[in-house]
Amino acid sequence: MKLGIDVGGTNTDAVLLDGRTVLSSAKAPTTADVIGGILASVRDTTAGHDLSQIEAVLIGTTHFINAITQARELAPVAAVRLSTPPQLLVPMVDWPPALRESIGNHVFIVHGGSQFDGSPLNRLDEPALIEVAHRIGELGIEHIALSAVFSPVNPDAELRAAELLAAELPGISITSSADIGRIGLLERESATILNACLRPMAGRVVDGFERVLGELGINAPIFLSQNDGTMMNLDYARKFPIFTIASGPTNSMRGAAFLSGVQDGLVIDVGGTTSDVGMLRHGFPRESTVALSLGGVRSNFRMPDVLSLGIGGGSIVHDDGRRVGPDSVGFRLSTEAMVFGGATMTLTDLAVAAGIADIGDSAAVAGIPRSVIEAGLADVRGRIVEAVDRAKLSAADTPVVVVGGGSVLLGELPGIKEVIRPDRAEVANAVGAAFAQVGGEVDRIFSVVNSSRADVLAAAHEQAVARAIQAGADPATVRIVETEDVPLTHLPDGTALRVRVKAIGDLSAKPAQPTLQGAHR
Amino acid sequence: MKLVDESVLADITLGSTILGAGGGGDPYVGMLLAREAIRKHGPVQLVDLEEVPDDAMVVFIAGMGAPGVLVEKLPRDQDAVLALRELESFLGIRFTHVAPAEAGGLNAVTPFATASTGLPVVDADGMGRAFPSLEMVTPTLYGGMCTPMAFVDEHGNVVIMKSPTNAWAERIGRAACVASGCHVVMALYPMTGRDAKAWLVRGVLTLAESLGRTIRETRLAHGSPVDAVIEAQRGVRLFEGKIVEVARRTERGWTIGEASIEGSGAFAGETFDLHFQNEHLAAMRNGEIVATTPDLIMVMATESGEPIPAEEIRYGYRVTVIGMPCDDRWRTEAGLAISGPRCFGYDFDYQPVEELAAHAGQPVGAR
Repeated sequence: MKLGIDVGGTNTDAVLLDGRTVLSSAKAPTTADVIGGILASVRDTTAGHDLSQIEAVLIGTTHFINAITQARELAPVAAVRLSTPPQLLVPMVDWPPALRESIGNHVFIVHGGSQFDGSPLNRLDEPALIEVAHRIGELGIEHIALSAVFSPVNPDAELRAAELLAAELPGISITSSADIGRIGLLERESATILNACLRPMAGRVVDGFERVLGELGINAPIFLSQNDGTMMNLDYARKFPIFTIASGPTNSMRGAAFLSGVQDGLVIDVGGTTSDVGMLRHGFPRESTVALSLGGVRSNFRMPDVLSLGIGGGSIVHDDGRRVGPDSVGFRLSTEAMVFGGATMTLTDLAVAAGIADIGDSAAVAGIPRSVIEAGLADVRGRIVEAVDRAKLSAADTPVVVVGGGSVLLGELPGIKEVIRPDRAEVANAVGAAFAQVGGEVDRIFSVVNSSRADVLAAAHEQAVARAIQAGADPATVRIVETEDVPLTHLPDGTALRVRVKAIGDLSAKPAQPTLQGAHR
Repeated sequence: MKLVDESVLADITLGSTILGAGGGGDPYVGMLLAREAIRKHGPVQLVDLEEVPDDAMVVFIAGMGAPGVLVEKLPRDQDAVLALRELESFLGIRFTHVAPAEAGGLNAVTPFATASTGLPVVDADGMGRAFPSLEMVTPTLYGGMCTPMAFVDEHGNVVIMKSPTNAWAERIGRAACVASGCHVVMALYPMTGRDAKAWLVRGVLTLAESLGRTIRETRLAHGSPVDAVIEAQRGVRLFEGKIVEVARRTERGWTIGEASIEGSGAFAGETFDLHFQNEHLAAMRNGEIVATTPDLIMVMATESGEPIPAEEIRYGYRVTVIGMPCDDRWRTEAGLAISGPRCFGYDFDYQPVEELAAHAGQPVGAR
């Protein structure tokens, strides 16, 4: 059996699966410490089952992305870049000022880094770096984000700098950008800094996961969902929380595909505050073609291309129903919505009053005028249908799968032929988390001076597959899902090729050594 | 004259990506370079070409190198200023104006990196689009010389070069650029105000800003940015569909490749082939040529209107390809001799995109 858990901003969901069968599911309000919500939902969903039969626990959470968007509980960070000082485009140059200030805006530039072919850009300025270390010590900063020009090609400068900083500052936490990956210094460095500032909180949250599952008597290995639908173990999550922060949409879309059996279609995930509309292709979310923002910070992570609408179960009804949302009562739904005895009219209240959903006390909404109900639901459905139209790939009728805690609130969608509300739609995220896969990725520039493009591609494919297997993938299921090679332009013939390859596979039934991600790093 | 502050830079860079016709490098880095220089030194004057006095001294400020390198070795304002000053001291003159060499991509805003000098930027360029080589600029058509030029890198190397032809300047300059690590910034094509007025393509930054603003405002109004760009540029909707294949290879130092598109909507059942060498150079619909260089061929995401550079085209993207007429000077015999399809090794001649469209019965401008 597998236990899937989704810790959202509003609800914590849990599902218990046996192979591809959902045995049970439960939902509980998310608590500020994360633990209470897990305790309640897992206790509910595992009641009457033999806990010793659980082979793995897979958790998806939006906790970290929420921390970034709200700039709360983030640790001060020293951003150290190895390049050619002085730099105009310094670390965090394009961040929202409030977020930058919340982690102290400490920036240091030191000579170092590599050229595109891995040769040194500058000799590492060790005396200057040691001075930087002293300054960091004086400031009392405990987390360093270290970046270097072309470190994905040659990480030596970062490795040496990390060694020096650690020697000067015993016990310091360092995130190196080569471990975060991807060419594009500003985006890689920003992700590195976000990772560094999330680390203490990630440690607390992950400890909490471990403790609460232990208290519940579940001793199976625990994994966290990553942005790309693959998973990581908890030690890795403590070090690299950044790789989990966009997992929410991935999990809901993968869960929708699993529950509905739809491989190609649209998914609408209706939550407490927002609805996300995304596209499934061959059972996987379609990825965005443009750089996406993580709380206002530009990122080059692969993430699902979702359109987010301010419509959710907690959306507040304005102007006699002529406008619903985008503000929401959020996790206070269970006290503030009218059906729960509150005084705020929400989308949930309209749906209950219209007889679409059966939640809370329907008598409490009996007084809402018909005209308000109709206007509010028409506004919501109109916006959803418009978003579906925009997301659709072709004029042909595409199946639409509706999931999420608020999926029962929509009722019929005018003009959409095939609307599927699968069984357990309300816990699709947790189901998606439970079906996480494991992956291996290669993204670097290869020199093709003494080899051919074909040789380089073969080597990169082999490396990606090996990384996936190392991460715990069943070798029989590993496949290359993405391969791309781009020659660096304006260079003389065939000097360098930038290759990106991603391999993923199902978690092997018996993960011999579930070292997962990071084993290769 | 008007002042350019950071508020319009996002529009300019979005529009300049359209004018990049698939090439020109990462406009995001260009936007940041210009924005940070302006934040440090204040807004920069943008002057119309007609406002430049005859005795003014004008010079292009541009970056050269590989787009894949520029996103790691980030550009610095002091290098652009140094290139300018080194060329001044070699020539024994002071420049009064700087100008972009190309309106497409990152180089559209590179001159703003000299904000600390207080020099105005001329609202004109040498292409009206982006091209991959130093000699492919309108001044070449008038006998204007690329050199003496100065280029500098972040390591403090300064190269002053004199070449007998602009093609030689490209060849030697490219080799030096590679030796430095594939990114340098240059001051090139020193010219008088009188020459600039005769040689350059007028109003390109204003055009980029207006294109960018059109896309942004159309998105906000939930309209079709693609339709808006076609209308604004008297463009031709060449095709609409899904990328089904991309092949890229390196030849003669450039990214050369083809993308195949499977038609959808009004183009269902049809095929389209896009040929690029850094920029998009030729487009065929069902095997028939529908647009070639020097006209602009641009790929945009059908839904969002996001321009997609040739290096970023990937399988599965839903795109619309539009063709836009180039500056008239590229359509002359001399212009086609350095920018026509045969310069890039194609075995066919140029025909204006709007004539090809009329021949195929396609509307020009709004649908």
